[in-house]
Amino acid sequence: MARITGGVTTSHVPAMGAAIDRGETKSDYWAPVFAGYEWSKKWIAENLPDVVILVYNDHASNFSLEVLPTFAIGCAEYFEVADEGFGPRPVPLVYGHADLACHIAEKTILDEFDITICNKLDVDHGLTVPLSLLFGQPEAWPVRVIPVAVNVVEYPQPTANRCYELGKSIRRAVLSYNEDLNVQVWGTGGMSHQLQGARAGFINSAFDHDFLDRIVADPESLKQIGHLEYLREAGSEGIELIMWFIMRGALGENVHQLHRFYHVPASNTAVGHLVLDALN
Amino acid sequence: MSEPTDFDDIPGTTVFTTQRSRQGFHLNQFCMSLMKPENRERFRQDEQLYLDEWPLSDAQKQAVLDRDYNAAIAEGGNIYFLAKIFATDGKSFVDAAANMTGMTPEEYRAMMIAGGRSPEGNRSIKEGR
Repeated sequence: MARITGGVTTSHVPAMGAAIDRGETKSDYWAPVFAGYEWSKKWIAENLPDVVILVYNDHASNFSLEVLPTFAIGCAEYFEVADEGFGPRPVPLVYGHADLACHIAEKTILDEFDITICNKLDVDHGLTVPLSLLFGQPEAWPVRVIPVAVNVVEYPQPTANRCYELGKSIRRAVLSYNEDLNVQVWGTGGMSHQLQGARAGFINSAFDHDFLDRIVADPESLKQIGHLEYLREAGSEGIELIMWFIMRGALGENVHQLHRFYHVPASNTAVGHLVLDALN
Repeated sequence: MSEPTDFDDIPGTTVFTTQRSRQGFHLNQFCMSLMKPENRERFRQDEQLYLDEWPLSDAQKQAVLDRDYNAAIAEGGNIYFLAKIFATDGKSFVDAAANMTGMTPEEYRAMMIAGGRSPEGNRSIKEGR
């Protein structure tokens, strides 16, 4: 049977991808950011999963305002890398795991999570930057990836609680899949940041540190935070943090923190990164 | 428009609601068209001509021509869509953020390296916190 063995959370700042693509990771500005991922790169090389369920948000790349699903899952054999206005990132094609993705779609919908099925999905920096952070610049990605896209662009985004419960449903689906697969779940985006208006550049390190503590040890207390508090305390784009709850719900009740990293800034954003071992 | 909400109490922030999404539908769809290299090229060659192909208000067109991102947001633009304009210009999110805060990119970068904009005084207008 398939197993969920671990989880990763990380910010997915586009400038981090650009720094990797341009070979600038050793610069004075970027070296302290990428230092936080060195341990994780070694860890994942030694604990390589078969499949990563990668929770991210589309940034007006695949989903226009014509159709904007709250939750969507990529069921295709592969996913093209989107052109976000400056040409596609020079990264490998992302291969999916169609059979497991279809199984998760079926199980979660019958479990009353009405997730949108995507048989074509172009993926942007929200998905490719986390892959680059963990795997560097390989010829081909060493894992299959099932994209799970969450609307965080337009209010109302799903609640943190809904994301947490969807994570639990994804867990049930994976554990009922009849093939021996090692599966990780990654939650991306965040931490505090604001990209718009006169308050752009907003960073709340106290909020971020508390979030890092509680997403590991006490997600039940953390999931009560609502939209207004995210907007006030984490910046208008900090609400991406709801996506970490899908990862956390999928890992089961008890987890062990293997690695934690926090740094300000990467471009406009506070970078947060966790590696968690699933104990159940 | 709907009644003012608690969102209006957050300083310097425009929440992209379903109503704003309606208001900015064509503006944001225009932005997404710049994901195709041939459209970027046509836009660069004659911005006004390209904009005139879209059912945008004069204020929306002017905000794009002026690269006034605060004005574009006031007209229903969303930053992830507007990013296609500044990506076409070869500009980064830091450049765009500086534009919206009235700072130079150098000043803005320095603020971020020093830890970013503090939450103190930036949470609520009416509560002054």
